[in-house]
Amino acid sequence: MEIGVCVKRVPMVGGKIVLTPDGQEVETRLSGFTISPHEECAVEEAAQITERLGGTVSVLTLGPAEAADQLRDSLALGAKRAVLLETDGREWGPIATAEAIVAEVRRHAADGPGYDLLLCGNEAADTGDYQVGIRVACALGWPCVTGIKNLEITQTDGQATVRASREYSGGLETFEFGLPAVICVKEGINLPRYPSLPGRLRAKRATIERDEPQWRDDGLRKRSLRVPASQRKQATVLGTGADGVPALVGVLEEWGLLP
Amino acid sequence: MTVLCLVELDADGPADASLRALTFATGLAGAGPAGTGPAPVAAVLFGPADQIPGVTFAAYGASSAHVVEPEHLDGYAPRAWAQALAGLAAEIGASAVVAAATDRGNEVMAYLGALSGLPMAANCVRAEPGEEGTHQVVRHRWAGLLLEEASLTGSPGLMTVATEAVPAAAVAEPVGTLPVHPYVPSLSDDDLRVRATETAGHSSGASLATARVVVGGGRGVGGPDGFAPLEELATLLSGVVGVSRVVTSEGWRPHRQQVGQTGTKITPELYLACGISGAIQHMAGCAGAKHIVVVNTDPGAPILAHADYAVIGDLGQVIPALVAALKARSGSA
Repeated sequence: MEIGVCVKRVPMVGGKIVLTPDGQEVETRLSGFTISPHEECAVEEAAQITERLGGTVSVLTLGPAEAADQLRDSLALGAKRAVLLETDGREWGPIATAEAIVAEVRRHAADGPGYDLLLCGNEAADTGDYQVGIRVACALGWPCVTGIKNLEITQTDGQATVRASREYSGGLETFEFGLPAVICVKEGINLPRYPSLPGRLRAKRATIERDEPQWRDDGLRKRSLRVPASQRKQATVLGTGADGVPALVGVLEEWGLLP
Repeated sequence: MTVLCLVELDADGPADASLRALTFATGLAGAGPAGTGPAPVAAVLFGPADQIPGVTFAAYGASSAHVVEPEHLDGYAPRAWAQALAGLAAEIGASAVVAAATDRGNEVMAYLGALSGLPMAANCVRAEPGEEGTHQVVRHRWAGLLLEEASLTGSPGLMTVATEAVPAAAVAEPVGTLPVHPYVPSLSDDDLRVRATETAGHSSGASLATARVVVGGGRGVGGPDGFAPLEELATLLSGVVGVSRVVTSEGWRPHRQQVGQTGTKITPELYLACGISGAIQHMAGCAGAKHIVVVNTDPGAPILAHADYAVIGDLGQVIPALVAALKARSGSA
């Protein structure tokens, strides 16, 4: 089973998000970088699948040269191969990003067995576009589902089948189809492991394959970013311990929330 | 130029998120150039035509409905739903297609974008028509912790709606009788490869995303055994329990109860946050709450900067006292 996992380098945001003075970017001079929890789970899921069924996990990212750090983090968690689609640091939209991933998938197929499965996080933590996985799948003619929190893959006579579920309206809905496919997963599908020391050492030494795709305009043009004005102010303290309860009951009553 | 709006149907009628999307669509349709009247809003849905709650659709601004009946497309198949929207948009000459930013809504609109080669703006909170077929949109980044002003090219403009930030609003003058038009999409086998084969375990109670009251529990709950009082309190308030990320990553509660950027975004009347410090990723999930009340031992916890009221104290004292007060009240009523 050849699995590719797509991850994205994003700022690690702490107590609040600060913007650059021109309102174009998140200020990152003092912050670290990471990948989103959805993507950490995608790497873990890929590692678990190949531990069970054999095969290799490749991790892919599109981003600046520094995004190699996030590839190495994923290598420490069980990925064996890493591919950096290197940019000049400009923001890429989802259409252009998907095209660059599709080109890598086709290159990999030309060189060898190709990917059986691509896993993506459900949405990037920063831009939240919710569409790169589906655009990749449609270009390749593969099936794709999103929001997946349970994934089973079975192999019989060389044919692999996916059974994927997600929450829907208080219950679950389930999809089944053959591979190759793209699956966009959510946090909660598993509990990611911590990197091992041998894993970290291997990641440090690993070679990262590189390519430089061409940026192109995407049709959704960012003009500016801003922090929304908070609708709320500092809370009024109603009391301490059980002494605060009568006032709290009064507030709930005033809001019409008591039967 | 018509605005098409995908409406998802729950067991009890149109999903709350879809009424919010209809409100967004109605706002967009009314934001044309000065001197032009509001554009029509056409609801698109998949299901039996005789079960359409036309009065509700009209109340939230729909001027017509287009229905794909189960004999032509049964159940949920994202690419097939996207093909149906593409066909309808072309037939009607829609200027925009919108859907709620639910799992299904984002998925169908992403397929529509991919199949049509058009950009798609996810999680919009506002949109108006711009020049030459563009739309000026305000959308969520970082799950709503940032707002992006952007221009969206392409016709029709494809958008999903950050429903936690767009309350449903009834229109002043709804159409009297909603015209309902059947639509038969033209589908290939490829469009039907991905479809929901089973939908199981519908709980009859309120879901976290739509509950009127959410009682939140965080690290301060102390462990898996600490949730029983919160469950009891939630039941007394006809609500459900939600939790912070640390609670699910510690395995104290299942991930489906997580409120936040990578969990569920909630829109209750009341979010009663107990023992939750208020990391910004958590606040992204509860910013849509009308009222936030905090119970916390730490008066300096960041969540107090985003709340209406707070009770400072140990959950072990405050929650049982609140439960007792609510029981005494309902017993004496």
